[in-house]
Amino acid sequence: MDQAKLHQLAVTAAKGRLLAMEMVHTAASGHIGGSLSVMDALVELYFDVMRVDPANPKDPNRDRFVLSKGHCTPALYAVLAMRGYFPEEDIKLFRSITAHYSGHPDMVYVPGVDMSTGSLGQGISAAVGMALAGKVDKKDYRVYAALGDGEVEEGQVWEAAMAAAKYKLDNLCALVDVNGLQIDGKTADVMPSEPLDEKFKAFGWNVIPVDGHDFAQLEAAYAAAAAHKGAPTVLLAKTVKGKGVSFMENDAGWHGKAPNDEQYEKAMAELRDALAREEGK
Amino acid sequence: MGEKIATRAAYGEALVELAARDSQVVALDADLSSATMSKKFSQTYPDRFFNMGIAECNMMGVAAGLATCGKKPFASTFAMFAAGRAFEQVRNSIAYPRLNVKVVGSHGGLSVGEDGATHQCCEDFGLMRVVPNMLVCCPCDANEMKLAVNALAEYDGPAYLRLGRLAVETVTDAIPGYRFELGKGAVLRPGKDVTIVSVGMMVQMALQAAELLAGEGIDARVIDMHTIKPLDEELLIQAARETGAVVTTEEHNIIGGLGEAVAGCLAAACPVPVLRHGVEDTFGRSGKAPLVLEHYGLTPQAIAEKARKAVACKK
Repeated sequence: MDQAKLHQLAVTAAKGRLLAMEMVHTAASGHIGGSLSVMDALVELYFDVMRVDPANPKDPNRDRFVLSKGHCTPALYAVLAMRGYFPEEDIKLFRSITAHYSGHPDMVYVPGVDMSTGSLGQGISAAVGMALAGKVDKKDYRVYAALGDGEVEEGQVWEAAMAAAKYKLDNLCALVDVNGLQIDGKTADVMPSEPLDEKFKAFGWNVIPVDGHDFAQLEAAYAAAAAHKGAPTVLLAKTVKGKGVSFMENDAGWHGKAPNDEQYEKAMAELRDALAREEGK
Repeated sequence: MGEKIATRAAYGEALVELAARDSQVVALDADLSSATMSKKFSQTYPDRFFNMGIAECNMMGVAAGLATCGKKPFASTFAMFAAGRAFEQVRNSIAYPRLNVKVVGSHGGLSVGEDGATHQCCEDFGLMRVVPNMLVCCPCDANEMKLAVNALAEYDGPAYLRLGRLAVETVTDAIPGYRFELGKGAVLRPGKDVTIVSVGMMVQMALQAAELLAGEGIDARVIDMHTIKPLDEELLIQAARETGAVVTTEEHNIIGGLGEAVAGCLAAACPVPVLRHGVEDTFGRSGKAPLVLEHYGLTPQAIAEKARKAVACKK
């Protein structure tokens, strides 16, 4: 990856983290931990990989994205706003009764959202359906999905995994945001889902492990996924829950909690410093 | 009277005919295509048929994804698994985003027969009716089923369609003036003393009950309420005003289905006695379908008895 692009993506992700934090604080609710862990992958998709046009969000030939871990809406809405699907100031309306920026992604009202999600395990099935439609219609669009490593405890994920392999959906690329935590604690304690690589391989998927905070690795992995024929690909992205905020990192307590005013100021100060560092590079 | 055909058989034929006209129609099944009768579609249009295996929850989600890309998916399995097992997928992935998926539940009600309670779904109307955006439809015979499939293909939105296992008499094609419209009930027999509001294969029994009642001097109106939601309130209120008493009959729990929909409507708009006939909040049991139906009182005689009581309530 060239340095200019890398720089731009890092700056965008740093801005995205600030927006996500502001959304959750303004709404006084929302899921910040997983939003911070999946942010870099979403920025890589929307600002480098996916062929989309915010001016034409329903283009039938566009690439699609499904946030199967739908609670990480702050990351998705921040990225969609930065990409130009709707004004950035709208993030203040997240979870507000006065608008339609609902707590989980809503495809009916929010421009750029390709599938309404929120109930875990369901988004990946919809992504399989989109990829299947692409095959039936012989279109070359690609379908992306992001899941949580807690989410894969849902049996439906594996039903979808079987179906994607059966129909050889090489136009489908999922990413599992492997931050190792879920609401009640470590995934290893709540319900061990590892080894995810062996599981997905056994289900007929092409598996690519990746550092979910490394744009060069993400870019290479998405390119490798697009080049892989005859089977769907999954990126197992090692990430840090709460990435970028020292007191939120690797703490399951920040799964679905909003910071109070004091915590918010501290978090924003850290995120602003990070943005300044990236911009100064 | 017409020949006996199962509504699931009519569904299978209608789907193939529909697909010939509309290239966006696709079908999914969950390893029950020979029972839901989507098999003929799978043989005629193999590239547009997706057997998702024994995984109904995923099937509903895949159908939703297909619909976002402009496809018109008909996703079929047994009613128990379509409305029951995959309830939340239907709610969150299909109905909430108002996607154009037809959720098709075959083998509704007790007439499943031998397979017994685990496969006899008497809760699907209730489960699907309470979900916003859902249309709920259960045609009574082969003629009506074909009309319903075509109408649902034209209807852009989520819908639940119940199919029956048993071969049933075709009655609607012989009714003068009968026409099918989603959301509009059909008066199959005029009457002034009591109205029997029926759905699915109970429509035929309601017509037989009306014959029994006619012999006793009770003039029963029979409404075929193939669309339970949205309910044809106008037709119901008119019937309640003109006949003064209503009986509902359905192959479904008397809780949650047609009966409660009708009672809810009339309680607010035109309070008259409403007596519900159906499965009395119990699980079914194994047996030959006609014997199971008789065991649980799903008979013309039992409907007629409800009608007599309803008429008595007026006095």
